[in-house]
Amino acid sequence: MATPATKIRFREPQIEMAHGAGGKASRRLVEGLFAPILFGAGQGPLGDAAHIQINGTRIAMTTDSFVVKPLRFPGGSIGELAINGTVNDLAVSGAKAEALVVTFVLEAGLPTDILEAEVRAMADAAEKAGVVIAGGDTKVVEHGKADHMYVTTTGIGRLLSGVEISPGSVRPGDKVLLSGPIGDHGITILLARGDLDLEADLRSDTRSVLPLVQALVREAGKGVRWMRDPTRGGVATSLNELARDCGHGIVICEEKIPVRDSVRGACELLGLDPLHIANEGQFLAIVSAELADTALRALRATPGGEEAEMIGQICEQPAGAVLVTTLYGGTRLVDMLVGDPLPRIC
Amino acid sequence: MCLAIPGKVIELDSQNALQAIVDVVGVRRKVDLGLLQDAPPVPGDWVLIHVGFAMSKISEADAADQMRTLTMLGEAEAAMQEVRGYGLENKQNEQQDQSVPRLKQ
Amino acid sequence: MKFVDEFRSPRLISRTGEEIRRLADPNRHYRIMEVCGGHTHAIYRFGLKDLLPSNVELIHGPGCPVCVLPMGRIDDGLSLAAEPNFIFAAFGDMMRVPGTHGSPLEYKARGMDVRIVYSPTDALKLARSNPEKHVMFFAIGFETTAPSTALTLVRAKAEGLRNFSVFCNHVTIIPAIRAILDSPDMRLDGFVGPGHVSTVIGCRPYDWIAKDEGKPVVVSGFEPLDILQSIVMLLRQLRKGEAKVENQYKRVVPWEGNRAALRAMAEVFELRPYFEWRGLGFISQSALKIRASYAAWDSEQRFSVPGVRVTDPKAAQCGEVLKGVLKPAQCKLFGRECTPEQPVGALMVSSEGSCAAYFNYEHRKPIAIAAAAN
Repeated sequence: MATPATKIRFREPQIEMAHGAGGKASRRLVEGLFAPILFGAGQGPLGDAAHIQINGTRIAMTTDSFVVKPLRFPGGSIGELAINGTVNDLAVSGAKAEALVVTFVLEAGLPTDILEAEVRAMADAAEKAGVVIAGGDTKVVEHGKADHMYVTTTGIGRLLSGVEISPGSVRPGDKVLLSGPIGDHGITILLARGDLDLEADLRSDTRSVLPLVQALVREAGKGVRWMRDPTRGGVATSLNELARDCGHGIVICEEKIPVRDSVRGACELLGLDPLHIANEGQFLAIVSAELADTALRALRATPGGEEAEMIGQICEQPAGAVLVTTLYGGTRLVDMLVGDPLPRIC
Repeated sequence: MCLAIPGKVIELDSQNALQAIVDVVGVRRKVDLGLLQDAPPVPGDWVLIHVGFAMSKISEADAADQMRTLTMLGEAEAAMQEVRGYGLENKQNEQQDQSVPRLKQ
Repeated sequence: MKFVDEFRSPRLISRTGEEIRRLADPNRHYRIMEVCGGHTHAIYRFGLKDLLPSNVELIHGPGCPVCVLPMGRIDDGLSLAAEPNFIFAAFGDMMRVPGTHGSPLEYKARGMDVRIVYSPTDALKLARSNPEKHVMFFAIGFETTAPSTALTLVRAKAEGLRNFSVFCNHVTIIPAIRAILDSPDMRLDGFVGPGHVSTVIGCRPYDWIAKDEGKPVVVSGFEPLDILQSIVMLLRQLRKGEAKVENQYKRVVPWEGNRAALRAMAEVFELRPYFEWRGLGFISQSALKIRASYAAWDSEQRFSVPGVRVTDPKAAQCGEVLKGVLKPAQCKLFGRECTPEQPVGALMVSSEGSCAAYFNYEHRKPIAIAAAAN
């Protein structure tokens, strides 16, 4: 339990949007306020899911809330995200989702057909991901006190055998694998909001990554050190978190990172870095050098993993940071995202 | 100080002569042609886009010229390595400094 | 991407890098200023410094409209955002820039109607679709952006759209370059000229830099090959002892600029007698204000603006960094009190600012390069 002696390092006077955007501010809030009070001392790095033991059986558990505007967008909707997001958080912690419970926060005045469409989307996504929705709760708030609807899903999963995920096991020489093209989700949402008046044939990548994770673990489980789905804050933020947690450097090669043309076009137009854009159906894996090729083959042989790439490796330096190299020998550091990606004109 | 990128004019707006749909590798936006009203672009032209305005028409010929100059940069250097010792370096140098003659495509 | 990818060709980039090394006299130290923040960003983004010999030093110039905007102007703009039925519209670049009581994004989180727009015409569209509200576009930018604001105002006037106004912070680049060259502790060998500003103003306005100051100027594009080629062109001039204005970015920049854009600017704007630049202080005739004939669309003439002046924190040495006298990391606050997340000084505010670019891409890099080489 928290005692008055618990040291709180979060000094910001109020919560700002950036605290929810998955970058440095989010990390400060979690590590500076939540972790010291709720988990106490001795808490290790914060992963995507907690692994707990009940009567000798180890299970993985995680929770995630979904707030997205618009509710529906090309390739998906809030309902699908809510299922896939939690399934994926469990998957990248090395677990297969078994059951979810769902909480809805609904705004009074929400049309029933919108809600029904989302509930159906959730049922479909759950069936596809092979997970049971075991229960739920609903709250309704006054009109104007929420934006249509929010969904929280909490899931438990069974740990996959033959894999042990921990940033502490990451070693220099290990390879960085990425399951497919990045930025589809974030750019789709940005365009779907309509404020920027941009159009593209682009769909969110929301999906369960479990089949890919299972293939990876089956073929190269012993070599898999760490996995993460790079959602808010993108690949740059996930890799920076890993670099910080494992204490090594990560060097990735820009040309190896798969990015679709229209995502690139939108990023050039809006001055964004694809490495900072959110994904909902990709994951990063750190695999030992010996098994990296096997792992890449396993991903590419699995439907949906055809575009997987080996994008870089773990190095001793720059300790705690991520370096991007280009084909012609230029290099730059890539940091975590500060707040949401904002379009820029200069 | 100003982010501007190339896009291709796809179609002109039939309602408004000063607007066009411009494509940037699969991303489309309605772009204002008001700043190019002295020589309006036509579909197929490439323009430089900044804050939703076409700022300038992009010249394919000048871009090709630049690529040739850049390509020759290395070649001239290689050629110079070869002729070094014949007292021709200065001549080579001057040639390179002049603007590159336009080649027909 | 056409007109982009070919100018990132690894083979040509390494060749051009070799040419720079060949041209640079090892017994000489070159200090070249890239005026434009877009160049600064590109130089860090593409890691171009890694390709230059150590005696070719790039100094980052004042061409970042977000960085040079004094905090008082942001406070003034945001003070209006608190009015009822008011929409504050600005480019994404402005959203995280701190005012005394927070950034536009923080005002938005507190419930004010703050919108990110990609174009000034999008702000105009907001005004059309929200007739019961007033839409104020917080305009920033150099001559590249000013014509777009001007045309937007021309349209607003033509339509008689009365619920739209512009809070004008447009600045002009030439007086800023002059201020830097007038600075006594400044020593520069040449300039990489701002390519996109030059699409509007052309190449003539730089003549005095070559003729009177004896410094070469090469107007440059923004891709890696553009910037490297411009450096080659500058080194060639320096080698021959020349000082002239050259246009590397011919595919985009007409020598005479864009007359339609200049006409639009002249119709709507006039020069302010003086304007305060963050880090550089007051510079005469360095900014644009909206003409009386457009007073009804000028937020400053239409509303009572407090006219706040906030002095830059003394400890921040933005002026020295902006003038190239100090490197970002040599500032006392760099990376400690002043970071991109909690910027104290102007140059840490925008990703184009040299301090932010340095912090994001370069800081801690020497060890990183060694690691990548292994």
